[in-house]
Amino acid sequence: MNSIQVQSALAEHPFLAGLTESDISTLASLAFEVQFQEEQIIFRDGDPSSFFYLIQSGHVALEVRAPGHILRIQTIGDGEELGWSSFLASVNKQFQARCLEPVRAFAFDGAQIIARCEADPAFGFRVLRRVLSTVADRLRATRLQMLDVYATRGGGGL
Amino acid sequence: MTTHQSTPVSPVPASSGPMTPLPARLISVEKETHDTYTLTLEPPSAPGGELASRFRPGQFSMLYDYGVGELPISISGDPERPEQLVYTIRSVGPVTTSLVTRAPGDAIGVRGPFGTPWPMTEARGKSVLIVAGGIGLAPLRPAIYHILRHRGDYNRLVILYGARSPRDILFKKELSAWGLLPDTQSLITVDYGGVSWRGHVGVVTTLFKSIRAQPAETYALLCGPEVMMRFALRELQIRGLPKNQIFLSMERNMKCAAGFCGHCQLGPFFVCKDGPVFSCAAIEPWMDLYEA
Repeated sequence: MNSIQVQSALAEHPFLAGLTESDISTLASLAFEVQFQEEQIIFRDGDPSSFFYLIQSGHVALEVRAPGHILRIQTIGDGEELGWSSFLASVNKQFQARCLEPVRAFAFDGAQIIARCEADPAFGFRVLRRVLSTVADRLRATRLQMLDVYATRGGGGL
Repeated sequence: MTTHQSTPVSPVPASSGPMTPLPARLISVEKETHDTYTLTLEPPSAPGGELASRFRPGQFSMLYDYGVGELPISISGDPERPEQLVYTIRSVGPVTTSLVTRAPGDAIGVRGPFGTPWPMTEARGKSVLIVAGGIGLAPLRPAIYHILRHRGDYNRLVILYGARSPRDILFKKELSAWGLLPDTQSLITVDYGGVSWRGHVGVVTTLFKSIRAQPAETYALLCGPEVMMRFALRELQIRGLPKNQIFLSMERNMKCAAGFCGHCQLGPFFVCKDGPVFSCAAIEPWMDLYEA
């Protein structure tokens, strides 16, 4: 994929909807295409938060490794982002990310993207707003998940 | 496992009316998940019994397990198969546990059908978005059957279903089969999955981004835990669905099912007779009221 194709693909990615052409061009200059095989582990909990991904196709499961079992807590698919913690350079990965099928994505080096955000705060604000929106969506979903709404409580009517 | 004295299908009650259960013969009990069962009954043979199977999608019956107790149970079968009454029941209390351990041939008392239906007529010509959580898929299944029988009357059919875990998924085979039909999306998610689960993990609202339907041209039908419906409602409103095109099935402590006793009051409504299906426009002000 050449740089024009990368820019064109990024412009259509839902995570970047609404960004200016210049913003997309900046991101395209940092992006490189990656592919993962089914069952491949993209990162493990405790890994340094180095890369941020925009998924083009395929699904990734976020897992928590607990003694004796692995709990799958979320799946992320095409049009979504993976690895927002790479914007926080000091935080290691909290979960394990495993490909449920072959995955194609654009990867961004966290350190590079942070440096670009710091060099151009207006660009950084626009990008971080999208990251914050994703974090807010995930937080809302996690809170609802914690409510365990399908647990048995009532008498079973209706 | 509860043990039962077999209850004969005769005798016929001396008088009938909305408060008199009519005995119906249990044909089969099918296990759906580890705690949920589908009961199929013959319509009551007593005079007036044929009315029990003339229901509209979204309505419920009062099922009476003789000597144990009575509960409102949504009808989960095909509205155009009046020769059978189908109920899907989660075994969580004494009455439901007793009902699901009944044997074929036993009698179960039936009253109804009661309540307001899903807006199948109003939704004609539109896409229909079904959002179901847990056992909430049961009262929506008749609406799905209706749409599939009258496919030309509706545009896209989108079914979003959330369950607690893979072992809690209701009507799994049907959900998969519906997803293969033209102009139909059927998406399942679970709150938690093990490594053997290859599907989506996350609460049901995380499926909304995958919907392919125009909000203004869509009717949404919601049924599930109330907190799930509140979150789903918020997502639908963010996506621009008009309130008068969103319908919810509410659950309250229904006893009489005929608006006599007042146990199921919710704001100005009795859920048993003014509901259980309400438009969002009507019920939204009362959705944050919790049952004591």
